[in-house]
Amino acid sequence: MAARGCGRVWCWARQLCAGRPGPGSRSRPFPRRQRTVACNARGGAVSAGKSGLAPWIPVVGLEIHAQISSNSKLFSGSQVQFAAPPNSLVSFFDASLPGTLPVLNRRCVEAAVMTGLALNCHINKKSLFDRKHYFYADLPAGYQITQQRVPIAVNGSLSYSLCIDNKMSQMVTKTVRIKQIQLEQDSGKSLHDDTRSQTLVDLNRAGVGLMELVMEPDMCCGEEAAAAVRELQLILQTLGSSQAVMAEGQLRVDANVSVHRPGEPYGVRTEVKNINSIRFLAKAVDYEIQRQIEELGNGGTILNETRAFDSKLGCTVPMRDKEGKQDYRFMPEPNLPPLILYDAKSLPANMNHQQVINIDWIHERLPDLPSVKREKLVEQYGILPEHSFTLLNEDGLAEFFESVVKQTQMKPKKVIGWILNDLLSYLKQHSLTVKESPVSSFLLADLLNLLEKKEISSTAAKQVFAELWKGEGKTPLETVKEQKLELLQDQKELEQICQAVIDGQENE
Amino acid sequence: QVSAALKEGRVTPTELCQRCLALIKSTKFLNAYITVTEEAALKQAEESEERYKKGQPLGILDGIPIAVKDNFNTAGIETTCASKMLKGYISPYNATVVQKLLDRGAVLLGKTNLDEFAMGSGSTDGIFGPVRNPWSYSKQYKEKSVPKSHSEDKESDWVITGGSSGGSAAAVSSFTCFAALGSDTGGSTRNPAAHCGVVGLKPTYGLISRHGLIPLVNSMDVPGILTRCVDDAAVLLGSLAGHDPKDSTTIQDDFKPFELPDLTDVSKLSIGIPKEYNAPGLSSEILALWSKAADLFKNAGAKVVEVSLPHTRYSIVCYHVLCTAEVASNMARFDGLEYGHRSDVKDSTESMYAATRREGFNDVVRGRILSGNYFLLKQNYEKYFVKAQKVRRLIANDFVKVFRSGVDILLTPTTLSDAAPYTEFIQEDNRTRSAQDDILTQAANMAGLPAINVPTALSERGLPVGLQFIGRSFQEKQLLTVAKWFEKQVQFPVIQLEEVKRHDNGVCQHQKSASFS
Repeated sequence: MAARGCGRVWCWARQLCAGRPGPGSRSRPFPRRQRTVACNARGGAVSAGKSGLAPWIPVVGLEIHAQISSNSKLFSGSQVQFAAPPNSLVSFFDASLPGTLPVLNRRCVEAAVMTGLALNCHINKKSLFDRKHYFYADLPAGYQITQQRVPIAVNGSLSYSLCIDNKMSQMVTKTVRIKQIQLEQDSGKSLHDDTRSQTLVDLNRAGVGLMELVMEPDMCCGEEAAAAVRELQLILQTLGSSQAVMAEGQLRVDANVSVHRPGEPYGVRTEVKNINSIRFLAKAVDYEIQRQIEELGNGGTILNETRAFDSKLGCTVPMRDKEGKQDYRFMPEPNLPPLILYDAKSLPANMNHQQVINIDWIHERLPDLPSVKREKLVEQYGILPEHSFTLLNEDGLAEFFESVVKQTQMKPKKVIGWILNDLLSYLKQHSLTVKESPVSSFLLADLLNLLEKKEISSTAAKQVFAELWKGEGKTPLETVKEQKLELLQDQKELEQICQAVIDGQENE
Repeated sequence: QVSAALKEGRVTPTELCQRCLALIKSTKFLNAYITVTEEAALKQAEESEERYKKGQPLGILDGIPIAVKDNFNTAGIETTCASKMLKGYISPYNATVVQKLLDRGAVLLGKTNLDEFAMGSGSTDGIFGPVRNPWSYSKQYKEKSVPKSHSEDKESDWVITGGSSGGSAAAVSSFTCFAALGSDTGGSTRNPAAHCGVVGLKPTYGLISRHGLIPLVNSMDVPGILTRCVDDAAVLLGSLAGHDPKDSTTIQDDFKPFELPDLTDVSKLSIGIPKEYNAPGLSSEILALWSKAADLFKNAGAKVVEVSLPHTRYSIVCYHVLCTAEVASNMARFDGLEYGHRSDVKDSTESMYAATRREGFNDVVRGRILSGNYFLLKQNYEKYFVKAQKVRRLIANDFVKVFRSGVDILLTPTTLSDAAPYTEFIQEDNRTRSAQDDILTQAANMAGLPAINVPTALSERGLPVGLQFIGRSFQEKQLLTVAKWFEKQVQFPVIQLEEVKRHDNGVCQHQKSASFS
């Protein structure tokens, strides 16, 4: 009986989950760059070391799965929610009950169109869905609905910037081509209980909409891959098409890595999986490049294999393939007609607007992308370009900065110093996000106004900031008074103090 | 007629339901039903009776007993597809078509037998055993069929119903219900309708929702309608057709139900006779009947023209590739995890999958899965699947051309011959049988066109023979109007069920009120 069968699986999964630590402890989205192993950001080749041969050229391409931010799944009405009780968000379709059919979620299509436009893609006005078959416990239908033949968006590009030799002052902008963006279903999750040798299946994630973005192998090191993914993450978050939090699995990055000699064809590539932060992406790619160079240097060969990044050991290890070599037996999904999109020109006059997606309409409503926002910040406030990067890299920091600027007479150029040097380093020290800052933009503006009016010295202001950080609810002025930090402007009072000091000297 | 009787209070829904249930019991040997939902049916009938008492029936279908092929999901009622894989499976939801019928007050009597997962053309290959054609027990057959030898067991004389919706066809034919749902992928509604002497309508693809129909070939499946007369089919179509948000392949517009006019003048009609349907193996009897029917139209003033559908002869091989490929894909979900049969083999997930599928599916299903996966392999995809799709397009284009040339309706035989005795039928394997039996019905599925079997005459052996009308896409009204005219001309005889009569005297009454519209 169906209901009974389902119930059994759910029940198991619930049992297991009770004893399972909550997933997704927050990790810092900003990549803290570590030692770069085999790369310089100018994109040059890597010296092979002792041997006198020509240097190796690393090639890095990425395949990224971004979970679409939507209320319901790609083809069913089930809710999408992170860390809900196991199997609580499963419709009949998600559980692949016989006779159920997919119904495309409009929101997911719009998100993919937005993303495609933001990444300068050509949007296909007609795209198709396909079935990709493989047997796995968390894929209830035995196939995934994806877009193998004609994806929704193709031929785009992503510009990203990174600093040379880790110096913020030397930024360089690069471009990676986007091969395609395709809509597809996410799978469920399998939990293997080795002690009782059973597998528990949670289908909450099964059928959630994904955008698979394929980046051409235009990168050459971990640093570049990390910077590209960070920029993509910012774009997705700006668009709202994906929350793109890597720790929660909303952004999953697989890296294809190979090395070759100049003038020679690309080397055999490996695919590195299991990368769950941008910092680890840089590490994993650089490790893999170095490993391949060493392997080849020692006369070995590179296998076309899938490797997993082990974040504890900081290295990649061969992964046992799920089912060996796969033939996915692709075929057209017969239950979904071709996905037709319109633009202002092709939009039929008598069509109900609720039933069609107009690419131009979406294009006009795209929000400012991070690159535009940075330009505007630089232009409007006269800050340095590299500062604009930092402002956008921290969620809410640019807004915080602008809010302070509005409330103070201090020049933006000076305000930025306070934001980046003081506020940001405090936040980092305490591992807080901008939103969690105990010092609000209002308080900081207040403090900067005191400084600007020369009521306190810059040193005193720093002291006050430290006091405000404690979050005791005092205003900057109150703190200044309490700690007697005001600059003395009254000449008589100053004279008296001086006299008192001099008198004291004399008495000795 | 029954509907009028219900309205006038000459018969109550409960009486009607009870009579049908009694008939189901007395015809149990036909094996037409897998599940009979006696209690639920009586309760529905009671509710319907209340509505009639209040003078607020839900419409023409209120209180009408119906049956549904066991590959449509029915909430709370077993849905087995005649497979071990789904034996005992109780679906949590109703197929859209089932829901629509219930919403209109129809009384669901039970689920009808079929070939496992609708793969077959005899209704002989399900785990619940073969369906027996009610005509095997008719006076007409008994009188005309020459017993081979008197010593031979009379039992072995019974003929098959055709399939795969044989249970539904037998149920309608034996008067145990007034209408039944079937499904039609390659002829599965029209073929048993022809063998059982009932009307079998395969609507245009996309006109009726497939949501809740356990698929065979998604791109060809349509819910089919089996009734005693063309008017009834039109009524059912009216309540089932139209957009369903749960099936993206249904038409966007709402469907306007229609009543069929009594056609008096066919002189404006152009009837096409596709020459390719004079297929190898077509019995001379049916060929004669077919040309007689053409003459009937000609004599009534219609234009009758020979047309050609040159690619139709490739339709069976093409179907074989497309069908098995989709079957391989659709059956992938039966892995024993979420629902259905699960093997006790526990060595690994993979071995559990393999054992579950080996135990759960019969040879026919497993065979189709195997060939389907072969056709979908990367190195074979272009060679088989893509080519078959191209041929499918050519087959569909043939029809477009013919209809564009001014032909309104195509007239063809539905089957090559009348129903074969079971013992003879099982001499050949399912694949050979399906390939032969679908040959005249299959192309309409490839092209998505509406087609209907109209019972036409009795064969020399006293078994029903039907002819098929194929219409233009979404032109069901025209198709059914012509079918109705034809039905009236041929005056197909009523089945005389001797054995049943012995069990139940109510049969005569039912015969009189054969239709409900």
